[in-house]
Amino acid sequence: MHQVFGNKKAIAVFVVPALILYILVGFFPILQSMYYSLLDWDGIQPAKFIGLASYKDLFFTDTYGMDFNHSILNTLYLAVLSVFMQLPIALVLALVLARGVWGEKLYRTLYFIPVLVSSSVIGVMFLKIYQPEYGLLNTILNQLGLSSWTHDWLTESGTALISVMIPIVWQYIGYHMLLMYAAIKGIPEDLYEAAKIDGASSIRTAFSITIPLISPILKVCVIFAVLGSLKFFDLVFIMTNGYPTPETSVPSTLMYSSIFNRNMYGYGSAMAVFMVVECLFFYLVLQKLIRTYDDKEES
Amino acid sequence: MTTTHNRRWPKVVLQLAFLIFAVIQLYPLVWLVFSSFKTNLEITGSNVMGLPNEWRWANYDYALFKANIARNFLNSLMYTTVTVIISALLSAMVSFAVARMKWKLNNVVLTFFMLGLMIPVHATLLPVFQMLKMTSLLNTPWALIIPYTVSALPTTIFIMIGFFRALPGELEEASVVDGCNIYQVFFRIMLPLVKPAIVTTSIFTFLSAWNELMFANTFINDPDLATITVAINSFKSAYATEFGPMFAGMVVATLPMIIIYLFLSNQVQKSIIAGAVKG
Repeated sequence: MHQVFGNKKAIAVFVVPALILYILVGFFPILQSMYYSLLDWDGIQPAKFIGLASYKDLFFTDTYGMDFNHSILNTLYLAVLSVFMQLPIALVLALVLARGVWGEKLYRTLYFIPVLVSSSVIGVMFLKIYQPEYGLLNTILNQLGLSSWTHDWLTESGTALISVMIPIVWQYIGYHMLLMYAAIKGIPEDLYEAAKIDGASSIRTAFSITIPLISPILKVCVIFAVLGSLKFFDLVFIMTNGYPTPETSVPSTLMYSSIFNRNMYGYGSAMAVFMVVECLFFYLVLQKLIRTYDDKEES
Repeated sequence: MTTTHNRRWPKVVLQLAFLIFAVIQLYPLVWLVFSSFKTNLEITGSNVMGLPNEWRWANYDYALFKANIARNFLNSLMYTTVTVIISALLSAMVSFAVARMKWKLNNVVLTFFMLGLMIPVHATLLPVFQMLKMTSLLNTPWALIIPYTVSALPTTIFIMIGFFRALPGELEEASVVDGCNIYQVFFRIMLPLVKPAIVTTSIFTFLSAWNELMFANTFINDPDLATITVAINSFKSAYATEFGPMFAGMVVATLPMIIIYLFLSNQVQKSIIAGAVKG
């Protein structure tokens, strides 16, 4: 028996193909990016080793006027918006839906639909919704007699950032709702019975039973929302490509344009490496910071 | 039990709130479908919100065949399908070897793959671009299939490992006693047993590969090979004045996903949940 399941050749046949692909196209490129970030290189001329100079320039000197720091702030702003607007909406929906509402399954299915729509469709669609002369949003505002509220949403510096972020928040409410909903459905019914016998109100029950019990999935949602915000690319790339700058630029669009439009391979790689470090940092901090019900049980 | 529990909620208000939220989530998409049947004149002012005056199927003809969205749709379908098959097979093999076979480095290999769950793919963009250029794979279907497969591996392995570990050991032992070799155990006994995991991860991989934009926009320049996400994005500049067809193209990109979802909604929802629990 042990011979069959300890067959070294078979193990190699099963593991090596995936491992080689993963090392070549996943792991090794990360190391390469780290090395590139130490170079002054345009991809054509010979590269020059400049150490951490790109990082220094990125955060302090900003020779190329990209305002990378501002782009980081934009993603942090998106992270805050996701955690404090998107997740609470999703949580309220999940709490009420999971406790039984007429049409529970229908609503659950409908709210999830935007998640399936490709980001390029969402992006182009919202470009048209925000279009200043005939876009859906301004048309509705005009019809409601709120013409003074209309804007050129994506080009005015005051509204551009929030206008890019609204579709992101909008699209993924259903996603987070579904995760929370599934978690709530996993809570044993007798806990609710006990709470009811004790005369607890729905809101009390939600805060003392449901939310603590689904805290592990809430933690997952927070981590997803924050990391997703930090590396956000698609909708910004499609809708504004970072313009007006720096109001709507994010690190990933700056990285993209540094590499592919300006041929600044080293500089762009420094941005990429920063994003890796930033994501790992936030991942570890959030893992430590958010104590869930499970953690308390263990300690 | 839940009905009495809810009696304190004013039900009508609750339903109204859910309906309003459904409108917020779906009206933009309904508007997209309406606009796809309209003339430029309607879209640019005369009839922005309502039903089209006349259902112009010609917009779809233009989008699918003149702007060649049909081609891009098939490209996306091909790339994602191949990605799903390769990544499912590779991940199942790794998961089987790690979860069911006896060797020393299995946990090291697993941890190594799991690192991929946390690292943003952005950092691989330039090196992978150069690698594809060097190997002349740039501007071929493989330029997307290979990176998509690799990005799918960590999540897929993560989900499949759980399934493999949950299987009882007697089955494989019995089949070995009956004279199966290890490959037969894997392909004939184990693979059919983890079918639910394969379906779940396939849906997850399909969704993320179908919607991917950054790689798709960078690794393929040839419009004939471009994915539908890239085609939609370039439509807005290439056919900037053809609003109706542009909306039609967006509906073509969206509708199949929604139809598949409505048929498989339970399975899709399961796969999303499985994909998230990895965090």
